[in-house]
Amino acid sequence: MTAEPRPAADPAPHTFGRPVARVEDDALLRGRARFVDDIHLPGLLEAAFVRSPHAHARIRSIDCEPARAAPGVVAVMTFDDLRDVLTSDRLVVAMPSPSYLLEVHRPILARHETVHVGEAIAVVIAASRYLAEDAAALVEVDYDPLPVVADCHAALAEGGARVHADLPHNVVAELDTAYGDVDAAFAGAAEVVEDRFWLHRGGSHSMECRGVVASLDPLEDRLTVWSSTQTPNVAQRLLCDLLARDSDAIRVVTPELGGGFGPKLVFYPEEAVVAASAVKLGRPVKWIEDRREHFVVTTQERDQHWEMAMALDAEGRVLGMRGSLLHDHGAYTARGTNVVFASAITVPLAYNVPAYRLASKLLLTNKVPVTPIRGAGQPQAAFVMERLLDQAARRLGLDRAEIRRRNLVQPEQMPCRKPMKLRGGTFVVLDSGDYPAAQRLVMEKAGWDDFPRRQAEARAQGRHIGLGLVNYVEGTGRGPFEPVRVRVAANGRIHVASSATAMGQGTKTMLAQVVAEQLGGAIENVVVTTGDTAAMTLGFGGFNSRQAVMAGSSAHAAAVKVRAKALEAAAHMLEARPDELTIVGTHIRMRGNNRTIGLGEVARALEGIAGYVLPGNLEPGLEATEQVIVHDMAFSNGSAVAEVEVDVETGHVQVLRYLLAHDCGQMINPMLVDGQVIGGIAHGIGNALFEWMGFDANAQPLTNNYGEYLLVTAPEMPSIELFHRESPSPLNTLGIKGVGESGVIPTPAVIASAVEDALQPFGVRISHAPLSPMDILDLIARADGA
Amino acid sequence: MSDRIDITLTINGERHDIRVEPRKTLADAIRDDCGWTGTHLGCEHGVCGACTVIVDGATVRSCLMFAVQADGASIRTVEGLAQGETLHPLQEAFIANHALQCGFCTPGFLMLAAGAIERNPRMSDAELIEVLSSNLCRCTGYENIVKAVRSAMNQMQA
Ligand code: FES
Ligand code: FES
Repeated sequence: MTAEPRPAADPAPHTFGRPVARVEDDALLRGRARFVDDIHLPGLLEAAFVRSPHAHARIRSIDCEPARAAPGVVAVMTFDDLRDVLTSDRLVVAMPSPSYLLEVHRPILARHETVHVGEAIAVVIAASRYLAEDAAALVEVDYDPLPVVADCHAALAEGGARVHADLPHNVVAELDTAYGDVDAAFAGAAEVVEDRFWLHRGGSHSMECRGVVASLDPLEDRLTVWSSTQTPNVAQRLLCDLLARDSDAIRVVTPELGGGFGPKLVFYPEEAVVAASAVKLGRPVKWIEDRREHFVVTTQERDQHWEMAMALDAEGRVLGMRGSLLHDHGAYTARGTNVVFASAITVPLAYNVPAYRLASKLLLTNKVPVTPIRGAGQPQAAFVMERLLDQAARRLGLDRAEIRRRNLVQPEQMPCRKPMKLRGGTFVVLDSGDYPAAQRLVMEKAGWDDFPRRQAEARAQGRHIGLGLVNYVEGTGRGPFEPVRVRVAANGRIHVASSATAMGQGTKTMLAQVVAEQLGGAIENVVVTTGDTAAMTLGFGGFNSRQAVMAGSSAHAAAVKVRAKALEAAAHMLEARPDELTIVGTHIRMRGNNRTIGLGEVARALEGIAGYVLPGNLEPGLEATEQVIVHDMAFSNGSAVAEVEVDVETGHVQVLRYLLAHDCGQMINPMLVDGQVIGGIAHGIGNALFEWMGFDANAQPLTNNYGEYLLVTAPEMPSIELFHRESPSPLNTLGIKGVGESGVIPTPAVIASAVEDALQPFGVRISHAPLSPMDILDLIARADGA
Repeated sequence: MSDRIDITLTINGERHDIRVEPRKTLADAIRDDCGWTGTHLGCEHGVCGACTVIVDGATVRSCLMFAVQADGASIRTVEGLAQGETLHPLQEAFIANHALQCGFCTPGFLMLAAGAIERNPRMSDAELIEVLSSNLCRCTGYENIVKAVRSAMNQMQA
């Protein structure tokens, strides 16, 4: 299924499926785009937060008086000072799940106990950020340090420290994911492989940190909040509850967003405090997170410890898998159980695994909370599955590609219902795709079969090169809906509004393409508004690679309706039949003669004239709002090959080539798809080799700057070759699947596979990421000694 | 600390007489005191390069310089690249090569590349990648930035 075709003779240019230039670029390139920190308002005050230096401590007292006397200070407030404008002292944001054992909602400002370094305790509002920080240093907090839980294992220790002094234990939730007769599978296995895996914590590191500006308009009694959030509609609903205001009395706008990558979907204490301060003080207030704060208070992800076993028959067919997962949840529930949920269902997804049992524990630690980061639990799951397949291949003497071929879900199984459920309760159904074909394609392009020869040659010269192969599936298009309104104005401009939220992926371009395809093909005639609760009240925003699928589907449905109505009205006005008309650019044309009418004229006619009948007796207005509902997820898939060279003297790993055959269904804009995939690969290379968020035994963060926490830069990037397959999703009219996380999911796994292959002569086994040069040298030394 | 100093910055040809504390960074002065918000701050510790501007011909990280150190200097920021409606070849090439996504790092990369091309209009690929390794981008994976800068450089030679 592809986009509903327009009549063959339709001369309007196509915009759907084409690599059209982005509507966002011009303002960004000229330095005219407005990010949250670019917002200046008359009388603007700036906030700085007093943050905990301890990972766990009782707060005995907070003395704000010295700070209040500092130059330029307007207010210094703890929660008690803000209490009169707030309805709650906590952010209750946890998504529903039957698995919780403990409720751990974040306080807006910590009052009696602090449970991670960086936690906000008080806010200083002053004439400038410089003055606010000066004063913040004068706030005296008397702490009584408490025992610290620095990692998952410590969290489980019998009689050990507790993350929250008044909670009975540290297990925030337990999740069992199981189907089939696992024990029988292991009892009858010809081969069992098992290992422990550890994937370490990292950050999202959007180049723009977070920020929020709030301003109360006393004339309209309306609070406007500009926040660097991926979910403004959700933020608005929370703020209405917290500040006890009508929904019309709070508008939340996401200005230009300098990257999101997950953590900006979370609602943070700073958003509540800045909004409450603006209400309380009656002055606009701004807070911009600095990078040091980003390292300690913006949510993180990835820290998981796995023990997993795989049972196989003698031909390498997987019979079953079982194991356990310990997930570092951080100190509070800032989102839910969703990362673990995604990890758990992703492990067996791309393959036929007849029996599976995973026992997961979500463990509190005295660290910043964990919520989804690009990939959201899926890269870890792919790592575990693919590492075990490599091990099984070696044990059985099979080629690594062959063992995968024997187990991959086959095209004739599609749609393939897995005996597992999504968090909303519907079954996981792989909707479409030819997984073995993707693997064949990438192997052929990579020269898989010829590689042993190249590897032997390189080894003869003392070079250690290796190749890895990994398959992955990405769950995209999280439902249930995302609304879009399409409206043609009387001047002929097409206005598109959606609760979808742009964070750099080209969401506005995507929506403009889908709409323009139906309404004349002139992208420049389309104006898109996203991320503004004044433009759309319902909706969620950007996460889970969902907006092209959900908002794209709604945009298409709305544009189709507007097109039909425009043609019907124009038919009446031109005395023609609708099927004789088409929209080209900004005009509706009659085929076979030169009669035309402007889209704007039709829109104006549909605005009506008092006392007169509307053209064709149609309903007023040339607009439509649609919210297409889809509960099932669209699953993108792909196969990755990486080639690496390992310097066995220094431990340095260079990724030489990276090839990805991927399938995200019908592409709306192939150029943007490539951009998403390559960006994701870069993030994945960081997770594989560089990004290590360090903490010491007291859960003190060790890596708080870009000298210590390494992001990938240009020279670390390999040459990347992408190959597209397009298996349309049957779940939506356009056949779209999401792509935002595809690049990151297979990458740590495929690099680990390639490094292990390169180090075959040493018998090194890779079971964690990231892999630093020191880790590599250590693994070689230990394997040598074994 | 609060003794303010009078300085003059000329930004994109426009003269700004401002009074700043000695500790104010050049980046904050450009953005807050002079209103040129195209220059961004990504780390404020000299690594990401989002704040890169050209001061008297030298590419500098404006978060690492105090405004008072730039007194009397002529500064170019991203807003000064285009000539009216006509985009600079680098800006054109960034569009054609999809070298920006969120665009937050982009002003820094544009000024970094503009300065480097002015110093050496015939950089080899290795030199180009070396130069571009100074700045961070989380969205693009760099490949398209490298392509864009190379294509603009070639076009500027023609
Ligand atoms: S903000 Fe100046 S280098 Fe990052
Ligand atoms: S385009 Fe977003 S950081 Fe570079």
